[in-house]
Amino acid sequence: MKNAGIAAGLVLAILAIVFVGTEVLNLDAFFGILPLIAMAIFIIGFIYRVLNWAKSPVPFRIPTTAGQQKSLDFIKQNKIDNPSTKGGVIVRMFLEVVFFRSLFRNSKAEVTDEGNITYQWEKWLWLFGLCFHWGFFLTVFRHLRLFTDPVPGFVKAWEMIDGAFWVDLQQIYLTGFILLLGITGLIARRLYMDKVRYVSLVQDFFPIFLIFGIAVTGMFMRYLTHVDITAVKAVAMGIAGFNIGAILEACAMYDISVNFWFHLTLVCTLLIYFPTSKLMHAAGIFMSPTRNMANNNRMVRHINPWNPDVEVHSYQEYEHEFHQKMKAVGLPLDWDYDEEGNQLPKKN
Amino acid sequence: MKKTNMIIGLVIFAVLVTVPFWSSFVSPANGAAPEVSLDTPAINQMAEPKCVEDVEWMRAHHMDLLNDWKVEVVREGTRVYVAADGTEHLASLQNTCFECHSNYEDFCLKCHTYSNVNPTCWDCHVEPTVVGGAN
Repeated sequence: MKNAGIAAGLVLAILAIVFVGTEVLNLDAFFGILPLIAMAIFIIGFIYRVLNWAKSPVPFRIPTTAGQQKSLDFIKQNKIDNPSTKGGVIVRMFLEVVFFRSLFRNSKAEVTDEGNITYQWEKWLWLFGLCFHWGFFLTVFRHLRLFTDPVPGFVKAWEMIDGAFWVDLQQIYLTGFILLLGITGLIARRLYMDKVRYVSLVQDFFPIFLIFGIAVTGMFMRYLTHVDITAVKAVAMGIAGFNIGAILEACAMYDISVNFWFHLTLVCTLLIYFPTSKLMHAAGIFMSPTRNMANNNRMVRHINPWNPDVEVHSYQEYEHEFHQKMKAVGLPLDWDYDEEGNQLPKKN
Repeated sequence: MKKTNMIIGLVIFAVLVTVPFWSSFVSPANGAAPEVSLDTPAINQMAEPKCVEDVEWMRAHHMDLLNDWKVEVVREGTRVYVAADGTEHLASLQNTCFECHSNYEDFCLKCHTYSNVNPTCWDCHVEPTVVGGAN
């Protein structure tokens, strides 16, 4: 619980800084330019991390992923879970990234009072994870309406589908609520499952509290307190166009509610924090050795990339060197030799 | 994982996360907030142009005000709205708001299009397209 407290405290501290910064010190301009810095750190940091990983040697292909590997013809291969082709790997990776297939296999192991081990159905992590990630992705996508001018048709179309429900003359975005449901479930899981709580550190709680804060401030702004959306978009378009002048002008011209600055600064924090954190699993998943390599060990020879160059003297070379002496004492030769002592290609 | 695949992945990542940035450079519009027009006969006649509430507040909360009016007028039957400064107004979109803001295209629509907001006002109410007064 101490770790959760520290993480929650950090998020609250950011909110306090924003409150003092925008309401007391009137530093709106700083918080308006912060997204540009955050975005640069996010993109450069993300690429740096991945390039760093790219330098690591790739291990051997792992044949023991769940599923029957390709074997004799009468044994049915599991072509997705243990693929031997590139196509199978692509399908496995796609299902992993889009539907979190590995999490779906999650089960709960418990020892009963009689001392027997039992395995139980456990899909909550998968379900909340899926809700959270998809909700977050579609919510971010929807935000393109604030970063594009004119708003493209596909963004409008998605907004129409996402906001198909109306409550009291107001469009309700379902993905926002799905995101909140997912992240709340993930927080509850970490707090209430004793085994998960035991292994949870500050860096496990911080991102989920941060995203929870982003979702709550965003929905607060949209459904409860309301902000001047035109002013918000003017700032957002200044950010999108790298137009610091436009950001400063919008910050000076409009008095945007502190809720917006809460929301924006939490997002900036997430972007800055992202490359240094566990959130890099977004790129890491593509580099999972059990997910991204075909099990073709029995068909293709894979040479260990970090094998040292070992000097060997093969029998062919040995025979070439000593063939005259061998012939003289009547030893059998595997190769024929011409008059100059050159080894001729093997016959059969 | 092959290094070429990683580079391809990183390029896709960079292109996708920078959509707002590069799209703002290819877009014809400059992205600046639209200027709403206050040039209507009713506003021009006012000695000191003034909305029912403070302009800053109206920008962010006009929908809240209209929602409250809807509830008060339709459900409670209260037609009088007392503003923060104590002045009384007829709570009516058609007869109060559109009296001054008779320019739908240059007023309502400008910001609504800019931020892709689609209010349902016009499902029932008539858009004030004719300059010179409500309806």
